[in-house]
Order: sequence, then structure tokens, then C-alpha cells
Amino acid sequence: MTVQSPNSLRSYPDESGHFGQFGGRYVAETLMPLILDLEKEYRAARQDPAFQAQFDDLLKTFVGRPSPLYPAPRVTEHFRKLAPKGKGPKIYFKREDLNHTGAHKINNCIGQILLAMRMGKTKIIAETGAGQHGVATATVAARFGLPCTIFMGAKDVERQKPNVFRMKLLGAEVMPVTSGAETLKDAMNEALRHWVANVHDTFYIIGTAAGPHPYPELVRDFQSVIGTETRAQMLEAEGRLPDMLVAAVGGGSNAIGMFHPFLDDPEVAMVGIEAGGHGVDTDKHAASLTGGKPGILHGNKTYLLQDEDGQITEAHSISAGLDYPGLGPEHSWLHEAGRVRYVPITDSEALEAFQLCCALEGIIPALESAHALAALPQLTAEMDEDKLLVVNVSGRGDKDIFTVAEALGVEL
Amino acid sequence: MTRFANAFAKGPALVCFITAGDGDTASNLDALVAGGADVIELGMPFTDPMADGPAIQEANLRALARGTRTADIFRIATEFRQRHPNVPLVLMGYANPMTIRGPEWFADECAKAGVDGVICVDIPSEEDAELGPALREKGVSLIRLATPTTDAARLPAVLNGSSGFLYYVSVAGITGMQQAAQGSIEEAVARLKAASDIPVAVGFGVRTPEQAAAIAKVADGVVVGSAFVEIVKQHGDSAPGPLQDYTASLAEAVHSARINA
Ligand SMILES: Cc1ncc(COP(=O)(O)O)c(C=O)c1O
Repeated sequence: MTVQSPNSLRSYPDESGHFGQFGGRYVAETLMPLILDLEKEYRAARQDPAFQAQFDDLLKTFVGRPSPLYPAPRVTEHFRKLAPKGKGPKIYFKREDLNHTGAHKINNCIGQILLAMRMGKTKIIAETGAGQHGVATATVAARFGLPCTIFMGAKDVERQKPNVFRMKLLGAEVMPVTSGAETLKDAMNEALRHWVANVHDTFYIIGTAAGPHPYPELVRDFQSVIGTETRAQMLEAEGRLPDMLVAAVGGGSNAIGMFHPFLDDPEVAMVGIEAGGHGVDTDKHAASLTGGKPGILHGNKTYLLQDEDGQITEAHSISAGLDYPGLGPEHSWLHEAGRVRYVPITDSEALEAFQLCCALEGIIPALESAHALAALPQLTAEMDEDKLLVVNVSGRGDKDIFTVAEALGVEL
Repeated sequence: MTRFANAFAKGPALVCFITAGDGDTASNLDALVAGGADVIELGMPFTDPMADGPAIQEANLRALARGTRTADIFRIATEFRQRHPNVPLVLMGYANPMTIRGPEWFADECAKAGVDGVICVDIPSEEDAELGPALREKGVSLIRLATPTTDAARLPAVLNGSSGFLYYVSVAGITGMQQAAQGSIEEAVARLKAASDIPVAVGFGVRTPEQAAAIAKVADGVVVGSAFVEIVKQHGDSAPGPLQDYTASLAEAVHSARINA
């Protein structure tokens, strides 16, 4: 472990699990002892070279890491042509889409299931929206032979049939959640309800860098392999650090995984992309930083979409993985600290970028990642040609082809 | 003597929960009091009631669908206090609606409305700063939950800063589902009472007068929630009659432990 200087941006959360005013442990008393246990066990695992070695080995042999840092020549060329003369940086893609199960989600699941086994837990639960985290969780549960239950909003079960079938093939039980709006937020509520009643033997694998402390920290740490690799790969390819990092922010795990190893390098700019849905001036979006305010939900204090009474409002995004009314607490803090800039991108901008990436690079990106790609027109126009920009392509878009076809009015 | 102290002084107390804005709340509250409720818990509806089972979840959503706002809840509380000067009133709910305008605002509204105590499901003692100091400053009790997972090492932290009564959640789980074994309740209550001098009320999964009577033999209070909420759902605007009858049957069971004690 590296020793952090006291004013490092990388030394958070503090001892009580807070990032400034954000984060914390807002859970029912029943869960509190377990959360404290998890933190203790996580600290011990971090000190244990055998734990780290097993994690690294699985990332290499099971997930297929390191994922490539790919210089995207035609996308670079495309935006250079559109930009004012002398502008348009060299664009790289961090290829998390090439991981086993098709997204960054698996990095975190490997880490958490190793923790679960370390704690002697024998059952796994998780929430999922689009089904990506559910598939990743079902995958590691199958790999280690632990029974696994995935909570998924009934509406999402209907919308994401292929992933539901994948999870079942992998041996998971999929529990459709019929409360509330029957989407990700409700799936998380139901997973928490199940967990409270089964704390003695059940481990909850949370899918993003959110929830009660220590989840935001440990998910970030497991996902930081993205940024750590990017750093080494960029130094090798270009002999210097990138000038800008861009990533989509749902709960924030792929973004914080990419950003965190660079937080103390002031020359590296970072942009997080929120889901702007039909536009942040409508009531159909999922941009919690741009359109929300701080509040408490699902165990942490963070920016949330809510009304003036603190009732949570429904999010909307064409991308199921970004369709959540909150985000991880570290992003709320980095936003207020001004270290990371957060920008909303609409459904239609994301759709356009999705098609552009397919056509120019031969890569079908996840709709989540397409949000990050869609920020390139505005970001590249301001950057000199000799600058380096990395987009985190957090996942592949095979799961999204039905959604995209429908949005484009194509019948399959 | 505070309203809480009064309510628990006579022997075991019946604590009744309903959700604000679900049905004719004022009439329903009057029915609970008329039936013999010693303490009232008024649920503040929230869009994401993570610690509640289906009955109370649905009550939350029904109340919100009818347009219940925080201001309505304080109006209900204020009018309750005018009609019932002596019955302790507790607001129970989740952190976000309680803290969204700042804890001082919430504590102030509670004090002005005559609310005696607050139960916040998702603020454990570790996050006390979010609400506790503001409530204590205004003389409103913060009622904490203790659970089967609250071990001896944690208990002092849970008790520190709490007042009114301690709410023992008898099962690790959500509201309205299982019922704990009587033996485990007795053991837990004995442990809690040894560590604290505030009354201990027991809830979660209590439905029948028989259960309530058994718990009243060992605890200072019995909390019933989902069963009331189900009556409100079933009878809608004509719920007061059945609520009062059901409360009376529970009150008789709980209060009989006073005489036999
Ligand atoms: C490919 C992909 N990218 C991004 C996300 C958003 O999550 P996070 O912000 O935690 O990376 C998801 C969530 O399902 C996803 O599947």
C-alpha cells in the first residue's frame, strides 16, 4: 500500500466512512454490526498478500486483464476534422468491453466474492438494473459454487430478457421485484430487505461505488485496476500521463476506478458523464449532480434526484445502467471539490455516438459508454492536437442492440 | 413527568403504528386512542421504505399517491396534540424526509407540533450528528432501535443519546413478517433492561392479543404496526371502527399484565 499524504485527494474516505459531508453508513441497526465486520475484514484483506495475489490472478486468468489501451485512429481523425484548426486530441479507449462478461462490473464482483468467502458467508445476493451486474455476480457465484439470488425490478426483467436468461444459465435465482416503479432503485430496496433478514449467512455484492461505507471504498479499490493499468499503459505508449479522462457515471464505479489513481495528478483533467435522458430541463433524466441535491438513500449521503420533501423521484435514461436517481458519494465530493467536472449527455446524443463508434472503430459500445463517447464533440474542440484523451469504454453493447433498434425505429 | 414517562408508569404500554396520509388519519388516530393506545407512532411516508415489509410499503405508497406532504404530517400531529394533550406521539420514518431541510428545521417543527419523539430507521448511532443533536436541543426524544444483532459491545453506543424508550426490534428482518420466539425476546429484554433505565418496547411481527400479552409480561411496551396498517387498507375510510375494536383487544391483553404483575 502506498502512504498517502494528509492532503491527498486519494486518502478518503475518513475513518468514519465520509467523503467530506458525503458517504457514511445510513443503515438500519440490524445491518450495522455486519457493516462494521465487513470493514474490519476488508482492512485485513488489504494487508494480506495472499488475498491480493488471488484477486490479481483471477483478473488475469478469468477476466482476461489487462484490458488494452487502444489508440482510436478514426475517431481521433473524425473529431480533428470537426474541431477548430490545431485542436482535437489523440483519443484512446480503455477497453473494459473486452473483459469476461463484457463490462468492468466483473472486476468488483471478483473482489467482493473473495471477501464474502473470507467472511465465511455462504450465500450471495445482488441487485441489478440492466442485468450487467447481475450477470457478473452470477458468474463469480458459479465460479466459486455459491448459491446466488439476484433482485431485479419486474419492469427490467421484462426489458432485459437475454440477461435474465444468462443469469439463470449461470445458476442464479432471479427475483422480480414488484414494489415501487419496478426498476433498479426498487431492486436495491428489496436486496436490502432480504439482507436484513439474512445477515448471518448472506453477503450482498453491491454493483457500484455506492451504498453504506465501506462499499464505496472497496468497490472503488477493486475497480481502480482500470486507472492503474491506464496509467502504466499510457506511460509506455506516450511516455507521459494523459491530459483528460472521460467516463460515464451511473453509480460511478467505472468512472471512479479510472479516475482514482490520477486524483493527485493535477495535470490530468477528469470529466464524468451523467445521463441527461430527454434533457436536464425536463423531468426525464438521471443526472443527479446536475439536477439533484444532497440527501440520504441506500446507506449513503450523496446527490439525489428528489423533491423538496426529500421524496426520491424516478430517474430516466435510455441506458439501463445509468437509470438511477443517485450516484456514489465520492463523486458528490469530487464534484463539490471541483476536481472532476460532470456533464450531462442526452439519450439522443448517446445514440448518435453509439452509431459513430460502431461505424468508425468497429466497436459496439455499451449505451452507458456511448454517453462518455458522446461528450467528445464538446471536449475535443477545446483541446490541442498534441493532447491525450482517454475514454473508458466500460462495456460492450451487445446487450443494447434491442434498445438501440427500437430507438432507431428498426424492427429486428 | 414527560408524556412518555406517564405512559409507561402504569405498567406495560401498547404502542400503535399507522402511516400518515393513509386513509382518514385523524379519525384513525382517534380510534387508536379510544381503543386504549398508550403511545402513537405516526409513520412518515417515504418513496423507498427499505426496512418495511409489503403492508407498510404499500401504505407509504398509498399515502404519497394521495399527495401527502411533510407539511400535512405536521398538521396532523399538531391537531392530534390539541385533541389529545397527554398521549405521546412519535414520528417514525426514514432519514431523507427528516433531514432534507436541515435537522434544525425538523426538530423545530416536531417541537412546535407537540411531537414527543422520533424514530429514524436509517440513522444508526454512528451517524447521530445528522439528527440527534438537533432533536435533543429541542427536547424531542430520539428513540433508537436495538436488534438481535446489537451485541453487548455496541449497546452503550445505541443507548447514548437516546431517550423516551428503547425500541427492541425482535427479529432481524423487515416489518410485518416473522414473529420472534418468546424465549429470545425474554432474554433480549432482560439484557437491554440491565443496561438501561429507559423503558423497553418490543415490536416487529406482533399481531395477536396472545402474543402481545406474552411480551407484556416481560417488556415495558408492545409495538404493533403492520396489523393496523392492513386494517386501514381493508376498510379505507371506514377503518376507525375496526381499528378501535382491534386496539381494544390488544390493549386489554397488554394491560392485563399490569394487574397480574
Ligand atoms: C457497461 C456499463 N457501464 C457503466 C455502467 C454504470 O455503472 P457505474 O457508474 O457503476 O460504472 C454500467 C451499469 O450497469 C454498465 O453496465
